[in-house]
Amino acid sequence: MLKLPAGSPGARILAFGHYQPSNVVTNDDLAKTIETNDEWVRSRVGIAERRVAGPEETEIDLAVQAGGKALAASGLSPGDIDLVIVATCTLEAQIPNGAGRVAHRLGISAPGAFDVNAACSGFSYALANANDAIRAGSATNVLVVGVEKLSQWVDWTDRTTAVIFADGAGAAVVVPSPTPGIGPVVWGSAGDKADAIQIKDRDSFLQQEGQTVFRWATTALHPVAREACARAGVDPAELAAFVPHQANLRIVEAIARKIGADNAVVAKDIVLAGNTSAASIPLALSRMIERGEVPSGGLALLLGFGAGLTYAGQVIEIP
Amino acid sequence: MATTELEILNGLGKIINEITGIPASEVTPEKSFVDHLDIDSLSMVEIAVAAQDEFGVEIPDDQLKHLKTVKDVINFIQN
Repeated sequence: MLKLPAGSPGARILAFGHYQPSNVVTNDDLAKTIETNDEWVRSRVGIAERRVAGPEETEIDLAVQAGGKALAASGLSPGDIDLVIVATCTLEAQIPNGAGRVAHRLGISAPGAFDVNAACSGFSYALANANDAIRAGSATNVLVVGVEKLSQWVDWTDRTTAVIFADGAGAAVVVPSPTPGIGPVVWGSAGDKADAIQIKDRDSFLQQEGQTVFRWATTALHPVAREACARAGVDPAELAAFVPHQANLRIVEAIARKIGADNAVVAKDIVLAGNTSAASIPLALSRMIERGEVPSGGLALLLGFGAGLTYAGQVIEIP
Repeated sequence: MATTELEILNGLGKIINEITGIPASEVTPEKSFVDHLDIDSLSMVEIAVAAQDEFGVEIPDDQLKHLKTVKDVINFIQN
């Protein structure tokens, strides 16, 4: 019979880190080149400004910055990490993956390294992989990074997407724990709606059917959120924070109303960060922690959803 | 069970008020959602979803874009 490692009874997030490019792009800035205005963008999408990386700053650069900050905040050294997972869907090329380069740049020697493409759900999928790897004994300490440089896949003359998408990165260091600090993931997909958010080919830009996505997000996801709570044995009223993917402020608010997280701080990071896809959840939560808006040890519900269409949610303990 | 035009109108008025804050009394059959009530495309989706819950009639997105006035929605739900 084959031998298996003992694994760990649970895993938890030890620290977060985040990074945004320094270049702020306001709605007024966009209105100089496309037909839009500040009031329209704020009321439809909820975004006041977003960050966009220039050509001198690659997506890997963003990931390294966020990952380095999470690692520093965790107190672990690069040598302690044996698995790096990067959630992204906007690398400039398919090969090589991001995780190997991020690990190398951070001085993490020879870890397992793979990318997850579940678009805007990516961080929740990657975190579930990290949790399972630690519990199964496949990894000891895991660095999970959600990163996107959506600006390189957006048509900056298309007002339906240019006002929404942005660049950023968030990261978490996940470690073994005697008690579970990451709840069971509830994940799924709706491949029949694959066309609703897509980049058709290598010469195309990101396109989105706004109404289709909005309808799906405001009707199909609150049961997923509730199930993620139920499977973790958590009443939504116990949540200290609700951190959904920052797709659109109206979607965030619509889901929040429907899950009964009456005592939770609801992440509204989209206002100042835009929609950063796989980066939005760790970016939002890391910034909420930095501002002291959420208590250490409190429970946060993460809910990713996006292209695929894919979705995933889990409850975590806030580090 | 058939629902009368007035019942649908009253139901829509309530839904539109809850979603947009527009007084239900302003929701009359001849009003255009975009031109008169200043309702945007995402609010229209929310209204369609709420109308489905209320009246049991699904209004798909490809149909929704053709429904310009309150009367158009009433007719769609009735038929």
